Amino acid sequence: MLEKESNPTISKSTGLPRKRFYRARAHSNPLSDSHFPVPVSPSHVDFSLHYPQFFPSSSEVGCSKKIQFADIGCGFGGLLISLSTLFPETLMIGMELRDKVTEYVKERILALRGSNPGQYQNVSVVRTNSMKYIPNYFEKGQLTKMFFLFPDPHFKEKNHRRRVISPHLLDEYAYVLGVGGIIYTITDVEELGDWMKSCLESHPMFEALKEEELEADPVVKLLCSATEEGQKVARNVGQTFQAVFRRIMPTSRYMTTDMVCSSLAICDD
Amino acid sequence: MDDNQMEEGEKNTNVEVAPALISVHPTQNSVAVAVGSDLRVYDPLGDCAVSLVDDSGATSHKDSIRAIRYGANGKLFVSAGDDKVVKIWSAESWQCICTVSSEKRVSAVAISNDGQHVCFADKFGVVWVVDLHGIDGSEVSVSKTAAPLLAHYCSIITGLEFSPDGQYVVSADRDFKIRVTIFPKRPLDGAHEIQSFCLGHTEFVSCLAFVITLDYPQGFLVSGSGDSTVRLWDITSGSLLDTCEVDAKAGHLESNGSDEGYSTVTDLCAIPDTTLVVAAIQSLQGVMLLSCNLSKRTLSVAKVISIKGGNFIPTSLTSSSCTGLLWMVTGVSNLPGFDRPSVSRVKVISGFKKSSLDSLEHEPHALEDNDIPGGTKLLEKLQGSVTVDEKVFTAAAEALKAAMCNLLIKKQYSVEKREFRKRTRNDRKTRQ
Repeated sequence: MLEKESNPTISKSTGLPRKRFYRARAHSNPLSDSHFPVPVSPSHVDFSLHYPQFFPSSSEVGCSKKIQFADIGCGFGGLLISLSTLFPETLMIGMELRDKVTEYVKERILALRGSNPGQYQNVSVVRTNSMKYIPNYFEKGQLTKMFFLFPDPHFKEKNHRRRVISPHLLDEYAYVLGVGGIIYTITDVEELGDWMKSCLESHPMFEALKEEELEADPVVKLLCSATEEGQKVARNVGQTFQAVFRRIMPTSRYMTTDMVCSSLAICDD
Repeated sequence: MDDNQMEEGEKNTNVEVAPALISVHPTQNSVAVAVGSDLRVYDPLGDCAVSLVDDSGATSHKDSIRAIRYGANGKLFVSAGDDKVVKIWSAESWQCICTVSSEKRVSAVAISNDGQHVCFADKFGVVWVVDLHGIDGSEVSVSKTAAPLLAHYCSIITGLEFSPDGQYVVSADRDFKIRVTIFPKRPLDGAHEIQSFCLGHTEFVSCLAFVITLDYPQGFLVSGSGDSTVRLWDITSGSLLDTCEVDAKAGHLESNGSDEGYSTVTDLCAIPDTTLVVAAIQSLQGVMLLSCNLSKRTLSVAKVISIKGGNFIPTSLTSSSCTGLLWMVTGVSNLPGFDRPSVSRVKVISGFKKSSLDSLEHEPHALEDNDIPGGTKLLEKLQGSVTVDEKVFTAAAEALKAAMCNLLIKKQYSVEKREFRKRTRNDRKTRQ
């Protein structure tokens, strides 16, 4: 705490880290080989480092709580901070590839925890390439919400495979999301919005949320308002394009709806 | 800068080196060896060399072959590699019945158990599927297009296997990952449902195999890796059942003990109907025999079978279901600095017969050249010549080691080097 006083990267008035000391490039190449440590498997992740209040004495008791929300490409962490107070009992993590940005979010969370005792204990951030290492962090069906807010558009067709929403990567997201889990995407680039929507629509393990479900979901409102990118778009009176889909059981391998109906009819008799 | 260019140059020459591959027909009707772009097939039953019929061109493959395999029912044979062409052959008439072009270099192939689908993986991590329905082998060289099945995000796929029951397709990559995907009813629409990830390896995964016995027809997956371990997995849950360190055992036989104590497992072969797995290990002259205890879910080193004479470090292993013979090959193509750029040597280990399974009383041993089915005639065909100067293999093993490292191990830069690169970044330059 004493150190904080003399640390110029922390604002004296708010106690929060100042962004100007964490300037980073706007993009990072997801294809390049990574040189940061990656956990061998989800069981190798030490959650007591991320959520000390939820995992007190280095998992002696064995806290069974698992991370449920993942913000992929969390940027400066605006959404996480908003979600943290909205769902105080849910563990959530941000994943960010840019080193400096991750450092900023780390500091921001620590500062918020310091100035609001008892709060913000359920958020954390990790530096990783989520396009490569999602299965190293989460078990099958562990997550209930995934966020992809204002991802890099990668306009060139040659670079489309760098997009974080793609038909093949959706397989992995469907793997870590439990049935009923929800994937939120939003962008201010119409072309990318169409792309993400069409990827999700053509994937057999996702279905779009209905209009009334979107209305009722408090998280949907945060997509625009909570994130730094979203606020930027709002300032410039820009348009946003969102796609919110639910993870479902793939129909082909299981009973078709007709079969379910007929089996129900038998039960009724 | 000079340093960097040197590195690049070194990499380019080494990557061209390709290991020799071997595959044997499920009932040993034929044996195939691939060295470089050369595909050689011998028929030990008819005791004659097989000539391949390919109407699409004079030479079947124009660059190094990286993967060959027979189908489980023995009707098909697939070869593919750096020339971005996948050739599907009839393993009976040896006619090329189908040619598929790939966008990228091919690193692994697999044939579904019913022989109706061929899968191949490219170096960008995409697994493709070809539907063979409607091809009966009588037509000649049909061109087909492949549909994307699944993808590992930009990671070289090193192994591809169908599970014994045909329910799953298993893919391994250089990012330590093994992915188990449900093979769908309509594979052309893609395989979207992931059953599990088998995570535990700490280096690239190099090879996969299934141990199948009568008691466990669904089989257990074993994987070999650059981390000097062979691991046993339950693929439905993705859980790691046992880890077998091969480093210590292999160390005894290492030619130059000063090696960094690091023995990559380069190939695995499960002896059909037994719980034995044979592992080829970089720098081990011979093979290592591993034994699975499927009821206890353990995997342990049974023994090391050393091969006398010459530097025989196998690059590829294969076995047929009925004979209990293990076929091995060592060799490379494009070996720099030698007049004969491609060399290969075939050996056979016998003694895995069912009766001697548990006690191993008939010690598995390497057969003399004359005792190999097909004898020297077979060797002449598969090796190109009966005798090969054994000194070459030392150089070959080194070249292969380097090539494998370059291909599969991530480049590690020192902190200073990374800082230097950061300092010379373009965006920083403009600001100064």
